[in-house]
Amino acid sequence: MSTTTRTAAPKTSAPAVGERDTSVKKVVVYAALIAFAIIYIYPFVVQLVTAFKTNADAVDHPLSLIPDPFSLDAWNRLLDTQFPLWFTNSFVVTIFVTVMRVLFCSMAGYALARLKFFGRDTVFLLLLAVMSVPGIVLLIPKFLVINYLGIYNSYPALILPLAVDAAGVFIMKQFFEQIPPSIEEAARIDGAGPFRTFWSVVLPMARPALITLTILSFQGSWNELGHFIIATNDSDLYTLTRGLASLTSGGLGSGNQFPITMMAGLLMTIPSAIVFIFFQRYFTQGANAGAEKG
Amino acid sequence: MSSRDPQRQPVAGWLFITPMLVVLGLFLAAPIVMALWVSVSDWTGRGSPFSSEVSFVGAQHYRDLLATDGLARQDFMTSMRNTFYYVLGVVPAQTVLALTLAVIVNQRFLRGRTFFRTAFYFPSVVSSVAISLVFLFLFTGTGAVNQFLGLFGISGPNWFADSRGVLHVAGDAVGLWDASAPPSGLAGTEVLSLSLWEWLAGPSVALSAIMLQVVWTTAGTFMLMFLAALQDLPAEVDEAAMVDGANRWQRFMNVTVPHLRPTILLVITLGIIGTWQVFDQVYIMTDGGPAKTTLTPAYLSFQTAFENIDFPKGAAIAFLLFALIFVLTQLQRFLLRDRDEARQRRAERQQRRQRRHTPARPTSEVSA
Repeated sequence: MSTTTRTAAPKTSAPAVGERDTSVKKVVVYAALIAFAIIYIYPFVVQLVTAFKTNADAVDHPLSLIPDPFSLDAWNRLLDTQFPLWFTNSFVVTIFVTVMRVLFCSMAGYALARLKFFGRDTVFLLLLAVMSVPGIVLLIPKFLVINYLGIYNSYPALILPLAVDAAGVFIMKQFFEQIPPSIEEAARIDGAGPFRTFWSVVLPMARPALITLTILSFQGSWNELGHFIIATNDSDLYTLTRGLASLTSGGLGSGNQFPITMMAGLLMTIPSAIVFIFFQRYFTQGANAGAEKG
Repeated sequence: MSSRDPQRQPVAGWLFITPMLVVLGLFLAAPIVMALWVSVSDWTGRGSPFSSEVSFVGAQHYRDLLATDGLARQDFMTSMRNTFYYVLGVVPAQTVLALTLAVIVNQRFLRGRTFFRTAFYFPSVVSSVAISLVFLFLFTGTGAVNQFLGLFGISGPNWFADSRGVLHVAGDAVGLWDASAPPSGLAGTEVLSLSLWEWLAGPSVALSAIMLQVVWTTAGTFMLMFLAALQDLPAEVDEAAMVDGANRWQRFMNVTVPHLRPTILLVITLGIIGTWQVFDQVYIMTDGGPAKTTLTPAYLSFQTAFENIDFPKGAAIAFLLFALIFVLTQLQRFLLRDRDEARQRRAERQQRRQRRHTPARPTSEVSA
């Protein structure tokens, strides 16, 4: 099913016969809404506020929403750790993974949707089979191969295994199947080969799907943790997720690090939040597109 | 199958899928094969697992985990017990919460629906690491949650350090048993390396805190799925029920829920697949503790391989987890198969076939 039809679906509107949104109902719904909103927003507010507290203040007044005194201690101490390096690593890895994923997934998706070649159906069935393998099960297997190839503790080990995502191929295939073939035929009649057709005719038309895939890939690799745990044990190669997880290795809530971990988490969240706010509707589509593979 | 067909591009086709084949082959297919071999070998983690010094040991590691009484089986069964309670708690809770949020956000009269939808979905796009760090802070002994509970005179537990089983505590509270002196019938009977008493512990307090966090985080994603489905619900059906005199609750249960059935099934399936894989939170927050009550198969497999340097056993645990998830999803698909859905799928297939037929193409190319 296309994601576009979903968004275009008419919203149920106009209160029906006998339906009155009574004030009692409104009060109940709004009360529930506000309760949930507090539960959902409060943790982020706490994170934001605690990042600017002193250790003592954070421990003594965890509920208070005003830092007293306002402190940049956490920020300064964080800069003394390897945090800036981890941030850079995360950016480098995320950009490489995203570019490769978008390119490779759309190429494969296009071929599986439009080009006819021997073995296509088999490849697609294999892809479906591969998609059903739970990611967490692959941690040890991936380490074994990374180690065997001799790329453990290197950027390629961080990037290459994430460079193609089976679900991404699937999303692009679904999308390309909806584009009317007439346009490509016109390009072909004009003498364009498959690569040229793909690059200058098909890809520009696929903009919405490409944006969705870009965002999913960005989000996926920025937030990835498991793979980075098994691909390196060198703190110079840590990404943010791995690095921050190592900050808590003290285990069960060592009480005096909270402003630092809150600040670190906050900084890590900012890029995700920016992407999310600007491309919100693509997230919605992505969530539903991802759902349909199930 | 005419060779004149302009769409036939054997060379281009294979070139286009080459990057995908290389990456997925190298980092997905090959790893699985390699790990399968390792899981039946005695590789010590040093040198190549394919060297001549490494020998085949058959199903020994699987036997250690399933059939032989010992520490390996005890840990594995503990992780299975923990995760069983975890799934049992998280999946229904996140499904109900997601549906509730979707129904609320879908109310027509509501102002600021976009804002609230965004707020509920936002945790889904934030890294599990960042969220875990916040929850570690909220749930410390003197943290925000316990201070809040304190306002109502409740003294909260020391969440992430509390290994007491919730069912043990509850049974104690209602006088079913004394948690400090468990009934000997339960404590003395051992099944699969754990006593019945341990099997019946329920999730520990620490695990419950993780469960709360996961429900909170994932409900937003599933809410979006429910919202999409709710917006597909034709208003006329609801109106017809209303004309027939059905009240709001009856309409919800008899019109809305049946319409959402496929989505509910999807959410439950994705939920089960996702929850059995729980790893990040355990890695960041608890390392499987306290007293192994947050140990999960995914984490145990990681710990066995990378901390105890026992890759064969770690790989074996991973494959057992894989098998379990596979069986559960197949079983569920079979039990909950929906006749309407099957009919609908058949109709869709037929439609697709017709669409493909329209631009006169050779039928041999059609893959149903």
